Order: sequence, then structure tokens, then C-alpha cells
Amino acid sequence: MDRAIAIQVSRLTKAYDGHTAVSDLSFEVYAGEIFGLLGPNGAGKSTTLRTLITLLTPTSGTASVLGHDTVREADVVRQLIGYVPQERAIDRFLTGREHLELLGALYHLPKAEATKRIAELLKLVELEEPADRAAKTYSGGMKRKLDIACGLLPDPKILFLDEPTLGLDVQSRLRIWDYLRMLKARGMTIVMTTNYLDEADQLCDRLAIIDKGKLMALGSPAELKVGLGGDIVSLTLKEQTKIPALVSALTGQPAMRAVKATPTGLDIRVDSPEKALPAILESANRLDCQLEFIEYHRPRLDDVFIVHTGRSMTESVQDIQAE
Amino acid sequence: MAQYWQEIHALTMRWVRRLSREKFSMLFTLVQPMLFWLIFFGNLFQRAADVQVTQAPNYISFLAAGVVVMTVLNNGLAGGVDLLFDKENGFLERLMTTPIHRSSVILSRFIFVMTITSLQVLVILGVSFLFGVQPATGFLGVAVILMIGMLFGVGLTAISMAMAFSVKSHGDFFSVLGFLSLPMIFLSSALVPLAAMPAWMGFLARFNPMTWAIDAVRPLILSGWTEALPHVGMVVVVMLVFDALCLYGSAKVFRRAMG
Repeated sequence: MDRAIAIQVSRLTKAYDGHTAVSDLSFEVYAGEIFGLLGPNGAGKSTTLRTLITLLTPTSGTASVLGHDTVREADVVRQLIGYVPQERAIDRFLTGREHLELLGALYHLPKAEATKRIAELLKLVELEEPADRAAKTYSGGMKRKLDIACGLLPDPKILFLDEPTLGLDVQSRLRIWDYLRMLKARGMTIVMTTNYLDEADQLCDRLAIIDKGKLMALGSPAELKVGLGGDIVSLTLKEQTKIPALVSALTGQPAMRAVKATPTGLDIRVDSPEKALPAILESANRLDCQLEFIEYHRPRLDDVFIVHTGRSMTESVQDIQAE
Repeated sequence: MAQYWQEIHALTMRWVRRLSREKFSMLFTLVQPMLFWLIFFGNLFQRAADVQVTQAPNYISFLAAGVVVMTVLNNGLAGGVDLLFDKENGFLERLMTTPIHRSSVILSRFIFVMTITSLQVLVILGVSFLFGVQPATGFLGVAVILMIGMLFGVGLTAISMAMAFSVKSHGDFFSVLGFLSLPMIFLSSALVPLAAMPAWMGFLARFNPMTWAIDAVRPLILSGWTEALPHVGMVVVVMLVFDALCLYGSAKVFRRAMG
């Protein structure tokens, strides 16, 4: 499928004071998708994002947004994008409405246009009632909503979000996901960083897994998981003597990708459960193998992360928090 | 150009709003220099200060010029603080992703700091007036005092903003600020005339731009135009050089910090 390219990153490298934050990164973001940059803290996601929104100049390589170079045509890029920074990029003393009015002026909107848009956005993020209270009285979730409204004020073609649900309670989190899905439905392209696996899995159409500044894997969550070699069916047999017979019966069947004997049974990698499970059961019946237990395990994104980085995403996040 | 003005206006109004929401902070900002220096220090040293040495009718009238310039100094050096907080909480980053002229942020800060400082200087001159200090050069003299204050303030604010962009943490910023402010005051003619200082301090004070500013403001308050004009001419030259150096240095920092 040929899809319009919204963002093109090619061989992007960014080094600060001798430390390489991002190294030789290349990927494309398609128009209309939610694209996630997934990785533990310090992996280089934010550096990548900040290059795309013109805040950083690459050491080498290029990035372009809707065909405009982020360095040479930074001003054009800034007109086309909206940005939602990590939480707290809020002036405690200003009201929600004043935040939006300030940004309206910075995007050079005429007053009438700005007033209309601000009213719409406050309604969208459900901040109409507290709009004229100082932001220091807002809860974490409300601040985040205000952040998103600020990002949407320029009516951007592409919205960039840095860890949009970091530190939010579950409810606010789901609400933010809803907004992002709705924006996508309206045709907006969304690029976000996250270190939450479930967020990446459920929200993003495609992901770039980044670790230590390098691109480890790229694709939709489903593709990435399938790329691991499919789902796993683990069988535990009542009589272990029948394991070799079942292994040889299943090996080579079309739905099985790999069959491996384990001490108590078999591990079978399969492409799709619909085809594989009946075939497995049929062979087991035919050979008169009694099954004690069947476990069906779909690879999680964390498995993808482990395969590509050699460690678990959850571990790496904990490592960083422990530091 | 209309866009440029729209940006600067919106950003300047943000500083004004912030200040008006911090009522306590505003009160202290306005009152502190008068209270501490002019009223307490001025009256405290009224009899200890030798009229022969200060060459002024009383110590408060001598001190007024010093307090005016001290206020310019402190406001200028603190002029970058809000940008420092903006940098630390990501607000600056948000501003930098909008299609604004990079200089709008800096200019809005200059406009705001200069306006607040001028208002404070007027209040200080007003309070001095209540203590019987009448500016010898009248309203025109007051206007010249404000101009000198702004000339000095621009350079100081530039240094402060450059520092705000360069420091690693706001702890560093406030340490440097605390370290600069008092020595600048003691090594100037704010509290004691140069001639009455120990030779080495007097020598160092001559290199302090603050001394030049005070030596021009003081005759505007105490003596009159004939005595003041040569000093005013001199301070304009000194301040233009000072500002040029500060702006040149800080412009480099701004460009690196804001792209």
C-alpha cells in the first residue's frame, strides 16, 4: 500500500558533549497514523521528538515534516505542528483561557478566530468550567488536558506529544487515549513518545522501538509480535513418552512454524490459533495423547522489547528509576 | 511587523499578569529597596555619616541616588529569573515550538523589566521627596535619571537572561546572583563617596559601571545641571559600551539556547 509520508527521518544522529543520544536513526511516519516512539527513559525518544519539532539541530542526518526540513525551514514546520510537552509546561499563574490566548497571539491568529477556536477547544477537553481559574488550581489530569488543548490550538496537521500520560491516573489516561483516537479519526497525524507498553500496544498504529539511541524495531504492534515467530501453544502431556511421536506428527504441518519438545510436553509456535489449534488437537487424538494442560500465549510487546534489546522494558524502566 | 508586535505584546502581558497574580511578591518587590536601604539604612546612618564627606545636606539625600541605581542593579540581575523557571518547567520549549521571532521572548522581558524598574525608581524618588529630598534638576532631571537607569538595566538584564539560559540549575543562578549583588553595591559609590573609601576599594569601584551611573544620578538630585551634565555625558558613553558588551555576549547564548 502506498501511503502519504508525513515525516521522513533519515540517518539522524544527535550528540551532546561527546555523548550520542541518537545514532543513525531512519524511519517514516505516514499521514493519518498514530506513531509511537517506544523505549525506556534516556533511550533517545525525546531527543528524536525534539528534533522533529525544531527544538534541536541534528549533528548529522536530516528530518523533514510534510516535506519541510526541520532546520532550514523551521518556521514553516512550526506553522504546521502542535506540541504537547511533558506535564508541567504550564504557567501556574495564568488561567486555562489565558494560556490559549497567549498561544493564539503567538500563532498570529486574528482575535475573533482565536476566541472561536479557544471556545471549541475548551469544550473539547472539558475545561469550560475551570477555564478562568489559575492553572495552579488544576489537577494533574486537567493540566494535561490544557496541554493538549494548547497543542491543538494552531489546528496542526501533525500533533507531537511527549509522554502524554506520564504520571496520570488510569481514568485520565483512558480519556487522553480517547482524545487521541478521535483526533486520528479526524485525519490528524500523531507522533508520541511513551515508555508504557500497553499504551504503545493499544494506541499506536506503528511503533519505533528505540534503545540506547538506536532503532531496534519498526512496525505495527501486531507485526512486531508476529515477527517474533508467532504465538506459542504450550502443551503438557499426561504421558511424557508420547512427546517424540507428537513432535514428529506436528512438524511440517502447514499451520506450525516451529515445534519443540520440552520436559513435560511441547512448545509450538503458530501463525494463527484458528488453524493451528484444531490441527494440534486432531494429531493428539489420532496418536491417543492425553492432554493435561494447554496454554496459549500471545507474545506481548515486552517480549518484542526483550528480543530486540536483550532486556525487559519494565526492568530498564526500573533500572532508571533506581538510579 | 504586525505579527512581531502581536507576539511581543502577548508575551509582555504575560509577565504583567504573572506579577499581578503574585500580590505579595509584587508588594515586596516594590517596597523592599525603599524600606531596607532608603528608610532604614538612610535614617540609621543619618548622624554617623559625615556631611563633610558626603557633601550632601543629609545622608538620605546622598543615599537616594545609590538606592535608585541599586534598584536598577537588583531588578536587572533578577531579570532572567522568570525565563529560568520557564526553561525548567518546559514552558520555554512550548514557546519555542511556535512560529515566533526568537527575539520576541527576550524583548518582552526587556520591556517588562525596564517598565517595572522605572516605576520603582519613581516611587523611590517619591519617598525621598517625603524625606525632604527635592531633585535639583526637576522633572527633566527625573527623566534623565530614568534614562540612565534603563541604559544600565538593559545590560544587566541581558547578563541575567544569558545566565538563566546557561546555568545547570536554578540553585547556581541564585548563588551567582547573591555573590554578585552585594559586592557590586559595596564596591560602588552607592553608600560612600569614592574619595572616602579605602584606596583599594576606591580603585576597584572606579571599574564598576554602577559607580558611573550613581555619579551621574547624584548631582541630578543634589546639585543641578551644570555639575551633572559632564557626568551624564560620561555615563551615556560608559553605558553604551557596557550594553554593547553585554548584548554581544548574551546574544551568542540566546542563539545557542533558542536556535
